[in-house]
Amino acid sequence: MTKIDSKIPQGPLAEKWTNYKNHQKLVNPANKRRLDVIVVGTGLAGASAAASLAEMGFNVLNFCIQDSPRRAHSIAAQGGINAAKNYQNDGDSVYRLFYDTIKGGDYRAREANVYRLAEVSNAIIDQCVAQGVPFAREYGGLLDNRSFGGAQVSRTFYARGQTGQQLLLGAYSALSRQIGLGKVKMYTRYEMVDVVKVEGRARGIIARNLVTGKLERFAAHAVVVATGGYVNTFFLSTNAMASNGSAVWRCYKKGAWFANPCMVQIHPTCIPVHGEFQSKLTLMSESLRNDGRIWVPKKLEDAKAIREGRLKPTDLKEEDRDYYLERRYPAFGNLVPRDVASRAAKERCDAGYGVGNTGLAVYLDFSDAINRLGKHVVEARYGNLFQMYEKIVDDNPYETPMMIFPALHYSMGGLWVDYELQTSVPGLFAIGEANFSDHGANRLGASALMQGLADGYFVLPYTIQNYLADQIRVPRFSTDLPEFAEAEKGIRDRINRLMSIKGKRSVDSIHKELGHIMWEYVGMARNAEGLKVAIQKMKDLKKEFWNNVYIPGKGDDLNVELEKALRLADFIEIGELMAHDSYDRAESCGGHFREEHQTPEGEALRHDDEFSYVSCWEYQGEDKDPVMLKEPLDYEFIVRQQRNYKS
Amino acid sequence: MDKNINITLKVWRQKGPKEKGAFETYQLKDISQGSSFLEMLDVLNEQLINEGKEPVVFDHDCREGICGMCSLYIDGHPHGPDQSTTTCQLHMRKFEDGATITIEPWRSAGFPVIRDLMVDRNAYDKIIQAGGFVSVNTGGVPDANAIPIPKKDADLAMDAAACISCGACAAACKNGSAMLFVSAKVSQLALLPQGRVEAARRAKAMVAKMDELGFGNCTNTRACEMECPKDISISNIARLNREFISAKLQD
Repeated sequence: MTKIDSKIPQGPLAEKWTNYKNHQKLVNPANKRRLDVIVVGTGLAGASAAASLAEMGFNVLNFCIQDSPRRAHSIAAQGGINAAKNYQNDGDSVYRLFYDTIKGGDYRAREANVYRLAEVSNAIIDQCVAQGVPFAREYGGLLDNRSFGGAQVSRTFYARGQTGQQLLLGAYSALSRQIGLGKVKMYTRYEMVDVVKVEGRARGIIARNLVTGKLERFAAHAVVVATGGYVNTFFLSTNAMASNGSAVWRCYKKGAWFANPCMVQIHPTCIPVHGEFQSKLTLMSESLRNDGRIWVPKKLEDAKAIREGRLKPTDLKEEDRDYYLERRYPAFGNLVPRDVASRAAKERCDAGYGVGNTGLAVYLDFSDAINRLGKHVVEARYGNLFQMYEKIVDDNPYETPMMIFPALHYSMGGLWVDYELQTSVPGLFAIGEANFSDHGANRLGASALMQGLADGYFVLPYTIQNYLADQIRVPRFSTDLPEFAEAEKGIRDRINRLMSIKGKRSVDSIHKELGHIMWEYVGMARNAEGLKVAIQKMKDLKKEFWNNVYIPGKGDDLNVELEKALRLADFIEIGELMAHDSYDRAESCGGHFREEHQTPEGEALRHDDEFSYVSCWEYQGEDKDPVMLKEPLDYEFIVRQQRNYKS
Repeated sequence: MDKNINITLKVWRQKGPKEKGAFETYQLKDISQGSSFLEMLDVLNEQLINEGKEPVVFDHDCREGICGMCSLYIDGHPHGPDQSTTTCQLHMRKFEDGATITIEPWRSAGFPVIRDLMVDRNAYDKIIQAGGFVSVNTGGVPDANAIPIPKKDADLAMDAAACISCGACAAACKNGSAMLFVSAKVSQLALLPQGRVEAARRAKAMVAKMDELGFGNCTNTRACEMECPKDISISNIARLNREFISAKLQD
């Protein structure tokens, strides 16, 4: 069996990253100019990496599928970014941020990676401020903080409800500067459709020009994938319409391991589903749980009356409301981690206490906060979120409680990477949500922005040099090499095959069907029986797709339906792997909840003796089952416990 | 209460940048008023695909009003008749049963049509590349709290920084001016001490690039401000003018 080397440096936890940097290989300035790096994606991780690598002197080729790098989906992150600054003097520290992140992830992340993340978190805030990111400030002119789930300190920095936008625009401005200087060559409306390996190393990509439909070849000394997560497998999620798992899946098919595919996050505070035509779900920031209180009616008859429109939530007296998070988790209350809050909402709705006309919603109520702080304070904190809610739902959340329900939001799983963020394919790196590395089985709020920027600004620009230092004598590659021709032909055949099906069903109709299977069997609560059903249903759906999809237009032209079909073909396979991994992991941890494995109180029950590992899936070929390798997770520095948010 | 409505759409179809476009008329039945405008277009496209026709091409992505990708001119207004809203956040409850809705792409010299309702907005990126940044490299910067910034300035900078670069301002302007967009970035950075250092250089470089790319001049009609989905104020244009003049005076 393959021995997995995660390349964790020696030494005490707090010294590992320093030791690594002190001893890694560097590339001198003259040689940097001779080395090319492809970065796919321009979100927080991709844009910050592309900009930082170019500033150092590497030549960077950067790709995005949108019309501008500033539109990557990091832009939609609302609430904030964590850092261990301890500006609030509330006892925060690097260790505490590390500890909260490991615990929040239900002890399924690597200690060394998470410690490094906490360690570089402070530098991220410094960097963003220097770029002109307009973070929220106190009257004294210093930076303000708020609290997020899974923490007892206030360590979250924010820019109104648009933190992701402002951080991304910071990274985008740094990237734009390098584009202007000619150090980054930017390719917008290009989609990576394959990675090219030469003699076992990643040496380039095939990308489809989305405007002309032509396939183009690009070569480089290393390839960095920063293309985000894969939760659009569920069709309905908080991700953008074009967010997809295909770049990551292409890497998997070229030999990069896919780690912990079952670990996806369901966010507790989203606007509930309202109809079949729905195209996406909208998140309401976790920051709302700072001041909003979550409840459902205490009596079944009240819940029924509300569902039928005979009763309004504001009619219900205080003693008839069940603030179930405060009741079950007194120590953390409404600020428990996302997986816990999501399952608690599902539990109440399954028991018949749900509200809204579907019964699949709970209340998020601001009346206490408005009474305590005044409407103007609540408006200053959450005004844009309240406005967004009102636009979508046509209800005024200042007057009546918001309705919320959990929705797919983030994938903790992704390409397996070692401590250097390198995948199992030499020269192929994965950063941000695209990799699996730091969040274990559940990500804490305001940690995605932190990880994306940590990888892009402060980790990859170092670790990639350890690889590139050996490459300085390697001349630039020609894209005429047979490996490029072969990869391009593979993609061309795939496109031709799709175009020639000429079936009866639209891409979206099949994608929605996949979404229903995923939500039903691979969603918030999973069990062995259901997962077997899901795998069979997805095998059938794959056949249906490849025999009955209809794509209008031509393959070598602008063709949005073809773009969607190429992504859906991969989503179906990703869904199947998620189900396999969920089946194999016969325990509950974080966002992965197996109904057979819960405590008497209904909390996730881990089995550390059996499942304390990262599952790394290795592709074996078309129609063959993938092989699972295990990277053991050894906890040297902290003791694992059952997560407790009660006391 | 939301109900279902029947509507007529007049949609601009254009094969490519140099080809002649025309309006096509489509009927849609039983559209839920709870759906968003883009979900209504999804229904139209599903209908077209099922009829074996080519779907309407339009830009969209996040569908929560922040990425700036959506860009439709609806009944004569960028992002439609509702105030402070992107097309993706516009809902069908703003339209009556039996309505005829006209949908066009951005029409501006700076944004050539790619196909149907999709336009090329690279020009805005090029303006940012000319100077819409603070020239700092990664690492080696001071502590985030080293320079206190008055809350008022930080808030004003944030107001300007809320721009999503959708292009509605230039599309709404009879002169095809990009001043609101440019002034938002110049203002954000001029208001903060970190950006102040390069303020003069930035204002000149961004204005020069905007002129070079064929955007028109500002004549203060305020159409941009009226149509901006993020309520960017034209007081930013006044600030840009001050920054630009004082930069020129320093020359």
